[in-house]
Amino acid sequence: MIKVQNLAKVFGTKRAVDDVSFSINRGEVLGFLGPNGAGKSTTMRMITGFLPPSAGSVTVGGFDIVEHPIESRRLIGYLPENAPAYTDMTVYGFLKFTAEIRGLRGEARKQAVNRVVEMCFLGSVLHQSVETLSKGYRHRTCFAQSIIHDPDVLVLDEPTDGLDPNQKHEVRQLIRRMGEKKAIIFSTHILEEVDAVCSRAIIIDRGKIVANGTPQELRQKSEWAGAVTLRVKGVASSTVTTKLYQVPLVKRVTVVDEKDGHVTVRAFPKGGANGALAQAVGEAAHEWQIEQLQAEEGRLDEVFRSITMPDTAKEGA
Amino acid sequence: MNAWRNVWTITKRELGAYFTSPLAYVFIVIFLLLSGFFTFFVGGFFERQEASLVRPFFDWHPWFYLFLVPAVGMRLWAEERRVGTIELLLTMPITAWQAIVGKFLASWLFLALALVLTFPVVITVNYLGHPDNGVILTAYVGSWLMAGAYLAISCITSALTRSQVVSFIISLVVCLFLILAGFPPVINVLEQVAPRLTDLVTSFSVITHFEGFQKGVLDSRDVLFFLSVIGFSLFTTSVILRTHRAG
Repeated sequence: MIKVQNLAKVFGTKRAVDDVSFSINRGEVLGFLGPNGAGKSTTMRMITGFLPPSAGSVTVGGFDIVEHPIESRRLIGYLPENAPAYTDMTVYGFLKFTAEIRGLRGEARKQAVNRVVEMCFLGSVLHQSVETLSKGYRHRTCFAQSIIHDPDVLVLDEPTDGLDPNQKHEVRQLIRRMGEKKAIIFSTHILEEVDAVCSRAIIIDRGKIVANGTPQELRQKSEWAGAVTLRVKGVASSTVTTKLYQVPLVKRVTVVDEKDGHVTVRAFPKGGANGALAQAVGEAAHEWQIEQLQAEEGRLDEVFRSITMPDTAKEGA
Repeated sequence: MNAWRNVWTITKRELGAYFTSPLAYVFIVIFLLLSGFFTFFVGGFFERQEASLVRPFFDWHPWFYLFLVPAVGMRLWAEERRVGTIELLLTMPITAWQAIVGKFLASWLFLALALVLTFPVVITVNYLGHPDNGVILTAYVGSWLMAGAYLAISCITSALTRSQVVSFIISLVVCLFLILAGFPPVINVLEQVAPRLTDLVTSFSVITHFEGFQKGVLDSRDVLFFLSVIGFSLFTTSVILRTHRAG
């Protein structure tokens, strides 16, 4: 549904988005990750046609967003960053207006408004002015606006930003449910969201795509994938590390904590260890008093950090 | 026509926005108070003893509009940019042009309403004497066109900034130039300094072009002047909006 090819955006001398290409099919939910200022919002603004690209192209449902702006925008529902809405209108008036500008009239408009009001739980504030709404309600109002015409493509810029944990959960459920029939791209800082909602994730940094895959694939890139954490009692940390370095599968050992005679160390595997490390470490440590021996899963936040901040993220948490 | 339906949707929303805020009511009250005060006290409506509205009433309009129209137009785009709704508006399946015209029309209709509400003056002059109502009507049309020209300029300045105050001040200054170019004291100075330029400069003034309407003459050149100021300004607005997004 969305096809982005060699997209670039230059502001002055800064390349905010640099040669980005990806595509999203119907039934896919793409998570768009990256540090602040990485170019996520800029990319989304180009997809929705708000910003014209400096180079490259975007097609939505087969329509080029520059050549056929109206046709492509009809297919898109867009939740901009910070969820703006006309503060002088009531929630109902705002939704009515957006339905009308999407070409819905009369009975169809009424039904569309009722549907999103129900989906986004806006019933209790329907006749309140947007200005007086709490952040969560305002956010949901803008979200309701983006799905009012039941679009095939949804572009959501930080859809869970500023919501409380319950609301976050609701919105994620909603995105996942809608993702079965639509093509959705959403940006977020929250990595657990990627696991909860996305079928695929892209990490972007300084305008370039640095990783693209399923959450599972991304996690495999983690140094943590297959690492082992070991806590023993009554041994000096230097003894433990020396001993563990003799295990052939171990690539690196770090001391996490040493306090009151308890030592916690973490051993990272060489490539291809595939979970065999825990057993090897356990055997190496059998003569000590083991308090904890735990195989780690790959961690997205660590992948994220090591990709986007390669100089400082060597030390896993 | 789909395009006009979109324009009308925008216009309706904008008109609604005026009347949900106190701005509309404050504006109308001030406009009516000012025009009443100036017509009857400063303009000397009764002392003149003539059944005409030209000098006591319409002569003040270019000056009222100088302050009041920028106040109406300042929020049009500045507010959209400040709140961020411009991102919603311009990603809707409408053209930027439809949004610009829709917003302009809303404010222009609002100014028309304010103008219509001055009708007691017309009733008064008809009660007291036998004025030429054709002249009054033409002058009203001219006044509305002039307000449209001011408003279109306010659209430009509003698109330039996200601050309503800045927008207000810039458009006030620009409109002031349009008035002064035809203001008698300025013309006198010009005639002494650069007599050849006088005609050129005065032809840019709203006062010069409003003069004809006040005499009851509907000159196509005057109509064209105001319409072209409106057209040019709205076009400039669209260029400014586009350059903002191009970055």
